[in-house]
Amino acid sequence: MGGPCFVEGSNMNSVLPILLLACVAVFFLCRSRSLNLRAQGHIMGASSTHWGWYGVMQVFIPIVLFSSLIWGLELYFFNSAIRALGADLFETAADLHLLRESIRASLNAGLPGLAPQGFMGLLMAVISYWSGGFEAVIPRIGEAPDVVHLELVLHALRLKMQFSTLLLTGTSLIALVFVYRAWDKVSIEFNARDRVEFGIISVLAASSVVAVLTTVGIVVSLLSETLHFAQMHPISDFLFGTVWSPQFHSGEVEGYGSELGVLPLLWGTLYISFVALVFSVPIGLFAAIYLSEYATQRFRDITKPLLELLAGIPTIVYGLFALLTVGPMLRDSFTQPLGLGSNSDSVLAAGLVMGIMLIPFVSSLSDDIINAVPQSLRDGSYGLGATRSETVKKVIIPAALPGIIGAVLLASSRAIGETMIVVLGAGAAAKLSLNPLEGMATITAKIVNQLTGDTEFESPETLVAFALGLSLFVITLCLNVLALYIVRKYREEYE
Amino acid sequence: MDLKARYAKELRFRMYGLVAITLGLICVLALFGSVLAAGLPAFKQTFIQLQLDLPAAKLDKTGTRDPEKMKKVSTIGYSKAIRDQLQQNLKDAGIDFSKLDKKQLKNMISKEAPAQLRYAVLKDPSLLDRPFDFEVLANGRIDGYYKGRVTFETAALDVMISPDQLVLADAMKAAGLLKTRFNGQFFYWPDASDLRPEAAGLGVALLGSLYMVIIVFVLAVPLSVCTAVFLEEFAPRNWFTDLIEINISNLAAVPSIVFGILGLALFINFMDLPQSAPIVGGLCLTLMTLPTVIIAARAAIKAVPPSIKSAALGLGASRVQAVFHHVLPSAAPGILTGTILGLAQALGETAPLLLIGMVAFVREYPALSPDGIFDPSTALPVQIYNWTVRGDPAFVERASGAIIVLLCFMITMNAVAIILRRRFEKRW
Repeated sequence: MGGPCFVEGSNMNSVLPILLLACVAVFFLCRSRSLNLRAQGHIMGASSTHWGWYGVMQVFIPIVLFSSLIWGLELYFFNSAIRALGADLFETAADLHLLRESIRASLNAGLPGLAPQGFMGLLMAVISYWSGGFEAVIPRIGEAPDVVHLELVLHALRLKMQFSTLLLTGTSLIALVFVYRAWDKVSIEFNARDRVEFGIISVLAASSVVAVLTTVGIVVSLLSETLHFAQMHPISDFLFGTVWSPQFHSGEVEGYGSELGVLPLLWGTLYISFVALVFSVPIGLFAAIYLSEYATQRFRDITKPLLELLAGIPTIVYGLFALLTVGPMLRDSFTQPLGLGSNSDSVLAAGLVMGIMLIPFVSSLSDDIINAVPQSLRDGSYGLGATRSETVKKVIIPAALPGIIGAVLLASSRAIGETMIVVLGAGAAAKLSLNPLEGMATITAKIVNQLTGDTEFESPETLVAFALGLSLFVITLCLNVLALYIVRKYREEYE
Repeated sequence: MDLKARYAKELRFRMYGLVAITLGLICVLALFGSVLAAGLPAFKQTFIQLQLDLPAAKLDKTGTRDPEKMKKVSTIGYSKAIRDQLQQNLKDAGIDFSKLDKKQLKNMISKEAPAQLRYAVLKDPSLLDRPFDFEVLANGRIDGYYKGRVTFETAALDVMISPDQLVLADAMKAAGLLKTRFNGQFFYWPDASDLRPEAAGLGVALLGSLYMVIIVFVLAVPLSVCTAVFLEEFAPRNWFTDLIEINISNLAAVPSIVFGILGLALFINFMDLPQSAPIVGGLCLTLMTLPTVIIAARAAIKAVPPSIKSAALGLGASRVQAVFHHVLPSAAPGILTGTILGLAQALGETAPLLLIGMVAFVREYPALSPDGIFDPSTALPVQIYNWTVRGDPAFVERASGAIIVLLCFMITMNAVAIILRRRFEKRW
């Protein structure tokens, strides 16, 4: 097992049975006491099951709090021990990680130098370490491979034993006290239902915070790494630079061999998104108009799911479609006959495929919006003698315009954030060019480029991915907020 | 404007709509057509049937038939044995192979075959004592020849195959030594290295994807149902609730790759979880699908008429009881539908997984226990990406085959969602 806990099969495993036992016990104790009270003819404010759950709540929370506290303390002591004893062993975070891993492995497998092999030897060594310090252990070691490491392992194991004892006695005690306390609370005056329901609602509220925390996590991680990047590379070069050419140097060469300007990437992103929108918005919009204003019910029932099929297809499939089908097709039918090169990666290929992906998105959003236009507006228009197309053009579209603009904004935000199609279909060359038959790189494609493979984490070439991510996040966020604002405002008009 | 012109305009407008729909449908057809055309061959594979009579003295030098001791003979030893046996088989069938040198002859058979044979012999050492029939993979280029990917012209330019080898393959096919049949291994074999596309399979990817979908299911469903219930039924109207709501609708539109960056920074760099592991992928995908499922669950809860809740409240139920005993069960089918669609989205997502290292070459299956979620693994869409960027047409064919598998899962999940909705949807 991995994770931040340092010992395999951590102490939590020993708490689990106690926790479980205490919860089951308190559930039935509280329940039976409330049933007894009821049998005596008292009228209870809560059902016996509520009382059971009340008891569980009363016991569960303190045990979990206590054991998390102990676990955190253990981790803290272990880390400070590593810092104190193993300061020579590691210099960077990666070394620390390796050291932790090797201690974890030693705790499982034992150390090669110790006299009885395996866990028993380790245990005996710890006992003598505990009583007599590290000197007492030295005779046990045949030829120690690494004394500091051994001392760290012993220290870790001693901590583990101390904290296990503390944890087990502590939780047992807490369990007993709180089981009694909950049982004692069962009475006529006290309403367990309110307490249990308050607990439930608290859990619900807490889980709704996860979504907020996700956003906070995104913003914090993007911002902190971008600041980190800004310390290594001037941020103005990033924002206004017109050349993108990262040089992955081996680390000795200082200074900026790389030029990391975002503008060519931004241009590629916007250009491809523009092509996608030019393709998808008319098709999506006209399809939506036809389906909602002209089509018979049967035609609608068949066509709509077929078009929506496109929405459920994973983007990697579109990426492959761009790479294998659309790109070569465009090359063979336009680029090569016209003598414009022999690229199969092109803005046009990626844009067209992205357009296909966006068709159902645009059409279903516009469909909703068009259907939300009140029938009375249509009837009024027909009553004045307008044809259907005139009604659509002069009444429905103007009425639905804010919604449609919102839909287009949402679609463009998706196009800008789309990754797999551009990674596979748009090529890797970052350039400022107007030719749609050339390949161009986008922000998302470069994020993937910079962060996959074995990259050195502390270099501006890697960290720039976070700056790119932040730009992407900000752009899409603005588009989304704007779109939601427009859509919401429009909705208010007819409701 | 006269009436005629107006009607003509009407007709034209209508045609635009039809053209748009036709274009859309053509796109659907083109997409599916190209995927099927490119991917269906991946489900067939060319095998060479050999009658093996292995040189026991070479493969088991101690003569004890003890697998532990026989492990000393590496695949190189088996590779020679296979080549000699192929020669013998060709002689028996009366096929002329004088045009090929030894290396070319050996290359008729996949580089994976010696490992395959070694595994079989170590599993059952008695195979050394008797002749037996054994089926080995043919070289990927020969496989490509029978699928139309490789021709005599391309073979002449290819270092990995020569036209003479294709001639021999045809002769072997005529003699029944070589045949192309359904490729079950594609579903359970792990990935293979660049030189042996014929042995690459989806095993690790399918297992990794399964683990991740389970993680997403276990984490995302309770979290999003709780959030949806809270926001719809209990949340007080204040700035904090507004914040959560705005936040969720924005989170739903955040590009998926940003969740990959978050996973890299939070789960791998900060929390020190292992790279390439399904647990990290699952957590990223959970955060990514959370808003989708929350929005679906909220819509399902909203669709339950308030009269149901009012009736429960009127009979003395508390708000929590009314919601959990009456509203939630009525909304369950809708929530389930939303969940399945969210899972389908998670299953097909690639970009965030690339950033957390799932693109690594993994040949070991993750453990079939809960600890397996910490083992290195890959995922179905990432495997597709991985094969695509290798550039070898044989791998591109595998990638398209994997897409068909992925699309089958997607279509099944969507169909189940639709059926569930039709079956359990209540009309109020």
